[in-house]
Amino acid sequence: MDYSEIFQEEAGELLEELETGLLELESDPENLDLVGRIFRAMHTIKGSGAMFGFDDIASFTHHVESALDQVRDGRVKVTHELIDLILAARDHITSLMAAVAGGEPPDPASGDGIVAGLGHLVAGGETPPADDPPGGKDVPPQSGGGGMVHYRVSVRPGPEFFVHGGGVEDVVAGLEKLGDCTVLIHQDADDKTGDQWEILLTTDRGENAVRDELIFIESAAEVGVAELAREDGPDFCEHKRLGEILVARGEVDREQLRVALAAQKPLGELLVDAGLVAPTRVKAALAEQQLLNRSAAKAHKAVDSIRVASDKLDRLINLVGELVVTQARLSDVAAQTGAAALLEPVEGIELLTAELRDCVLNIRMLPIGTSFARFRRLVRDLSAELGKEIALETAGAETELDKNVIDQLADPLVHLIRNSIDHGLEPPDERLAAGKSARGTIRLAARHAGGNVVITVTDDGRGLDVDAIRDQAVARGILRADDDLVEHDILNSIFVPGLSTAREVTSVSGRGVGMDVVKSTIEGLKGTVEVSRSVAGQGMTVSIILPLTLAIIDGLLVRADETSFVVPLSEVEECVELGPEEIERFHGRQVISVRDQLVPYVRLRDFFELPGERPEIEQIVIVEVDGIRSGLVLDDVIGDHQTVIKSLGWAYRNAEGLSGATILGNGEVALILDVPELLSRAIVEEEGTIGCN
Amino acid sequence: MSEETQVMSSQYLTFNLRDESFAIEIVKVREVLDVASMTRIPRMPDYMSGVINLRGNVVPVMDLGLKLGMAPIEKSRNTCIMIVEIDAEGVLVQMGAITDSVQMVVDLVPSDIEAVPKMGTGLNTGFIEGMGHLDDKFLIILDIDRVLASEGKAVLRDKATIAAAE
Repeated sequence: MDYSEIFQEEAGELLEELETGLLELESDPENLDLVGRIFRAMHTIKGSGAMFGFDDIASFTHHVESALDQVRDGRVKVTHELIDLILAARDHITSLMAAVAGGEPPDPASGDGIVAGLGHLVAGGETPPADDPPGGKDVPPQSGGGGMVHYRVSVRPGPEFFVHGGGVEDVVAGLEKLGDCTVLIHQDADDKTGDQWEILLTTDRGENAVRDELIFIESAAEVGVAELAREDGPDFCEHKRLGEILVARGEVDREQLRVALAAQKPLGELLVDAGLVAPTRVKAALAEQQLLNRSAAKAHKAVDSIRVASDKLDRLINLVGELVVTQARLSDVAAQTGAAALLEPVEGIELLTAELRDCVLNIRMLPIGTSFARFRRLVRDLSAELGKEIALETAGAETELDKNVIDQLADPLVHLIRNSIDHGLEPPDERLAAGKSARGTIRLAARHAGGNVVITVTDDGRGLDVDAIRDQAVARGILRADDDLVEHDILNSIFVPGLSTAREVTSVSGRGVGMDVVKSTIEGLKGTVEVSRSVAGQGMTVSIILPLTLAIIDGLLVRADETSFVVPLSEVEECVELGPEEIERFHGRQVISVRDQLVPYVRLRDFFELPGERPEIEQIVIVEVDGIRSGLVLDDVIGDHQTVIKSLGWAYRNAEGLSGATILGNGEVALILDVPELLSRAIVEEEGTIGCN
Repeated sequence: MSEETQVMSSQYLTFNLRDESFAIEIVKVREVLDVASMTRIPRMPDYMSGVINLRGNVVPVMDLGLKLGMAPIEKSRNTCIMIVEIDAEGVLVQMGAITDSVQMVVDLVPSDIEAVPKMGTGLNTGFIEGMGHLDDKFLIILDIDRVLASEGKAVLRDKATIAAAE
């Protein structure tokens, strides 16, 4: 990873934090901790931007930071406009960063507009946006009456400077009113350098006061104010080394300094050479110094997380997958040989492997709340655009999901939220007329449910228009008019391509594309999506159900003919036998009575057109999908199997009733059943044969 | 060999499908395997032979002859699977192609390769890069990406020619 990538990644995270902070601040404008957090994020972006040489980012950020500083000091109030501007600034920085990565550079005018807007807002404060060169000494928090602070003031008059009369001497006289002044350099104009002044000022009045003194010459001269040290600051007690001061002043660069220092003998050696101290004593003193430095460094950084490239994690997960497969094989062999001495360690390995698997999979789990911030922004922007008042409530932000799933979930959720805002929630006047509060609510909630995570998007808007959807669905041949239509089925036909009930197409939605994309994305994640509730005038809920992880599942290994299949254990209810008497009882119809309940079944041999004779006694695995129990008839149930999911590959992307493959301990490839798809296909096919008769 | 011809010539792997000679560019071929145990994927076309476990990866395998409209393969001692890497709709994927036998690697320069005549051969030119001369034999150089990535059977001959030959 090169520096630019590191910067991009770090800044990306900071910008996210910034956005979250700003949106929180909007609802809690008095919270100074939040302002501090936002300021620090902006400050770090500026600092590292300058460090890695992204000067336009650094200089732009500097203006925003100056404005934020005023807010932090309580001189500027947090207002809606301020947050708007800083959010716009955040977007501008994002596009500046995209430009670094080779994207289209943003319009400089938009950046200037933001800076001007910020300048206007903070004009009530004491200073205009500072003109301090970015990447120089960081602008410190304002002291305003704290301890004594040393500043270096540099003035380089431009050609117009002397037109107004007066001179730099007058400026120095002004500064002297603030505190002790020492003129460090006064270089008279020559052809190359021009006139230049440097003044060391020690004052307790704060940087703003210093800048106020310089405000009248700023238009005609280059002015810089840099804080050198503050007496109450943590670093004041440390002596600045001469080299550092020279570098900070730009007199020498680090490389020149290093060369010069290399020529110099360390103090210890000089003392030893002079015969003043014994070499061993110097060594002891050095060791003591190192120890102190190290413990200081340790106290400094409390590292609680590390950044790891996700492809390294993917590789780790693949390896653990292989380990799980090999361990299963080892267990097989150990069980066959039956050597007692072998069984115990093999069992130990089995336990360790399972634990390792869970740990590794857990690394990839992230709280879903990491993606909630962007929805907050979306709701804010859209509500402004559409003139609706909307509050976004979130719940279960700590619910963990596989990182890949969270990444891929973002687009579908954005779409669902947009839909709710555009179609679901009414404008304020309509809401008031309907006896609701003017402000609509969208609730985004996540929770665990067994091996799954359930995410719901709920709004309290007008709900879906069942009749309109039925008419459209019938008109487009998605549903048949004469069918006994269940409301649930009608509502869920909105996921069929081309169906839109929006009365007009807006920039946000209504083109009838999207819900089908939502459905296919979720299904690609092995999840399901449905409209779980819709009440006219009260709003609707869309539920997304997702598996916890995509990499390894617990499965039930079964066999039909020569082929091994895996049924995801989360779908399995129980296993029962199917003998000739049971088949006889129902005259060959494909149902069986389990616990006094009729359960229809699908025979894998029939569905998959497997060759060979079926055994006299078959097994039924009872599965439950969407609350409906069905049976899968097969030859043998072999047992539990930790299933490392592999894709069947591009060529088999259309495989029916299968979601993937896994490799068994003996090297054989077993096929993972996609139970919901298999059952719905079986139903369609049975209806087809009945239709033919 | 001069540098220029080195640049121009390409290496091809020749193999037999039923009793005809074919070739594909060697850069497409990852490895050649004996036919080991294969898991059939149900409800797929007959030329989709199944999947194999290639060192922990699940790799789909096709009966290349059947895919090209020939009779299903009769397994023999020489039957083997060429693992090729093809460009399927912009994604590089590994696939196995079952062949009756793999022959050898040959160097062909462009002058050895002729365009397929538009008529007379009874061949579907869309799946063929050219006809290669090797000594006094002809090789059919397959565009393996298009053959394997195509939907359905990539029939080389149209039905009329097959009927006439029978």
